[in-house]
Amino acid sequence: MPDIFPKRFFVQGPAGDNWAERFIQNVIVPILPEGAAEHFSMELGTVLVMFGCAGIFVAIVPLLPLVLVLAERKVAARFQNRTGPMRVGPWGLLQTLADGVKLLFKEDYIPPQGDKLLFLFAPYVIFACSFAVFAAIPFGQNILVSDFNIGIFYIMAISSVIVMGVIMAGWSSNSKWSLLGSMRSAAQIVSYEIPLGLSILTIVMLVESLNMQEIVANQSGGISDWLIFRTPFTFIAFFIFFISSIAEVNRTPFDLPEAESEIVAGFHTEYSGMRFALFFIAEYANMFAVSAIAVTLFLGGWEGILPEFAVLGGGFNLLGGLPGFVIKTMGLVFLMMWLRWTLPRLRVDQLMNLCWKYFIPIAFFNILGTGIWGLIFEQDTALSTGISIAIIAVGLVQAYVIVGKILSPKPQTQTSSV
Amino acid sequence: METAYGTESKIIELKPFTDEMVVNMGPQHPSTHGVLRLELRLEGEVVREAIPHIGYLHRCFEKHSENLSYPQIIPFTDRMDYVAAMNQNWGFCLAVEKLLAADEKRNFVVPERAEYLRVLICELNRIASHLLSFGTYGMDLGAFTPFLYAFRDRERLLLLFEKVCGARLTYNYIRIGGVSEIIPMEPGSITEQNFLDEIEQFLDYFEPMIDEYNELLTKNSIFSERTTRVAVMSAEMALSYGATGPNLRGSGFDWDLRRDEPYSIYDRLKFDVPVATDVPELGAIVGDCWSRYKIRMEEMKQSIRIVRQILAEGLPDGPVMANLKAVRPPKGEIYFRSEAPRGELGFYIISDGTPKPVRVKGRSPCFSALSALQELSRGLMVADIIAIIGSIDIVMGEVDR
Repeated sequence: MPDIFPKRFFVQGPAGDNWAERFIQNVIVPILPEGAAEHFSMELGTVLVMFGCAGIFVAIVPLLPLVLVLAERKVAARFQNRTGPMRVGPWGLLQTLADGVKLLFKEDYIPPQGDKLLFLFAPYVIFACSFAVFAAIPFGQNILVSDFNIGIFYIMAISSVIVMGVIMAGWSSNSKWSLLGSMRSAAQIVSYEIPLGLSILTIVMLVESLNMQEIVANQSGGISDWLIFRTPFTFIAFFIFFISSIAEVNRTPFDLPEAESEIVAGFHTEYSGMRFALFFIAEYANMFAVSAIAVTLFLGGWEGILPEFAVLGGGFNLLGGLPGFVIKTMGLVFLMMWLRWTLPRLRVDQLMNLCWKYFIPIAFFNILGTGIWGLIFEQDTALSTGISIAIIAVGLVQAYVIVGKILSPKPQTQTSSV
Repeated sequence: METAYGTESKIIELKPFTDEMVVNMGPQHPSTHGVLRLELRLEGEVVREAIPHIGYLHRCFEKHSENLSYPQIIPFTDRMDYVAAMNQNWGFCLAVEKLLAADEKRNFVVPERAEYLRVLICELNRIASHLLSFGTYGMDLGAFTPFLYAFRDRERLLLLFEKVCGARLTYNYIRIGGVSEIIPMEPGSITEQNFLDEIEQFLDYFEPMIDEYNELLTKNSIFSERTTRVAVMSAEMALSYGATGPNLRGSGFDWDLRRDEPYSIYDRLKFDVPVATDVPELGAIVGDCWSRYKIRMEEMKQSIRIVRQILAEGLPDGPVMANLKAVRPPKGEIYFRSEAPRGELGFYIISDGTPKPVRVKGRSPCFSALSALQELSRGLMVADIIAIIGSIDIVMGEVDR
């Protein structure tokens, strides 16, 4: 059988190329007593190190929603001239904890007419999938659970399973509102995965790898090396990716599956107590995850802003670039919150129009454009980056002028005098 | 089959088959503005039919009124449209006063100062009512922030009402023959000056805020996508259903009782009546949800204009209450209509000369507007139903009475 795919896409890399093995060789083996190193099983060590990392992640990552929920409430309060939660703990810092405790003690109601097994199982599917995504996200130079060679592919696959949990929840609740919500959600997530995948494809074409760490390593030359500025097409792809991922995680303006003013609470209408909390936590974990993926793919991942003395990046080796990564991710998360508290909600047909009539054609155009760009500039040089940034700048100015022209005539309601 | 035109071919219609789903929207639903219950017959997301069921807030206002004296009915009118209770008080008092004025022996006239206070307070109440409508409409369509902005500004108005009558929601301020004097406000006193100054400060603050809200919501492209060309109510349809107020003017029909059948001192005040026109920039056409919503935003500006004129003139001296020993209208019947924030509010009263009416009938603008919902919503989507309910701006307290 001919070798269609490049090997490194799907086959494990050679031994020693694994970061966990590198970690053992460089860190653990030197501190082992004399002679013990020879008997140290590399395979067992690798597994143990990975388990350790997974343990740390399982302990730390679920705390993220705790912070994010509070952040969301505080951000919303700022937008709305309020103070937000202020009572529990200093500046209301423990509010989410108190809410969690409250939810824990609430009755776990199961609709008697519903499908009990699916009803119980659905929150775990969503919860597990949204946290499994974190396994492939590189938070820093050496901070990641598993360095898959098909990292981004894995993320796409796992995050698609979430929709199954949503449909299970909607179907098993035996509530018409839940069913409507889950059908909306299924249609929405399945549709928006296409532009999402297509915009990831532009990155994969440029980097020639599905490995998350390699994608980050490809952007190590500072802000001008970030994939978003590499070609004008990736710049467009970033926005398609980001907007599609907002739709993926069901947030305003695409929060139709849980539109509280239309279908009460969508697919989790019938859930209460900790099961409801699982949906809630999964939503915020998802929000962080898609922002982290966007940062990794387009905004340099854990790499810094400047090439040599990287600002908050790998150059300083300050926690392997973790602070820079978190700051960038939180920036995107804040953008999502900003949109949520500013914009109304789309209607379901408008949502589908946006996806199928605008995003998917543009995403295909991006792939074509990236391919042609790759033919013209075989190597990424200062020249190609300069041309790209120039095109982006001109495009932005043009867009600003066009949008300004559209928006400038003010709607007037004609009045008749007395 | 042979016909005169040749062989008739059999037409096969390919229609995706969906089961009809009957969904009960309300009475406990976040955006049915109270306790409206809609029986939705859905075909997927598309609404075949939306049948409103009302009566969940029925409190027998009309029957109660037959056992109460005229002044005692006024607190009941508060509970009709509780969002614009001042206007409801006024509507009822106007009808009773018209009946009293028919009694020639009595020589009954409402004092000038009371008329000014009534217009002042009722126009502020109109702003408060439209603000609530604006805020909840934003929330219905998924934008939460306008709701809190609207309530922030409405709060200042409620504080003003509290200063003048001690209540924030059910005022019972406007009485038959004048206004209440529970909290006395002597002509030319510091209390009065402070009150008027506070209104002025509020208007100075609020006038630019309307433009901000227009930037935030009205011109938002998602908002206009959701509301323009949705549920178009033609002027004929609006008239045939008896829709009034902003709903009628949103359909392009130029009618405002304050201008066309002026009562109180409205004939002395200058204001425009906003009427909807096509707005091609946003794709709005006359009679759609956006037009109805926009009329309310424009009316707030006109109310500000009216209040400013009264502030510029100052309140006239004199009593705030006509000299009425007892409210005992002569035998007869009356229908009087006034322009409440939600449209034409009418009261039909039959009197037999006793202190209690024989019959009181309230003509609710919301009830008429709500009856158009069934026709408006046919063939639209579930999300559009929410947009329609918000745009016709119903208050269930008034629909059910």
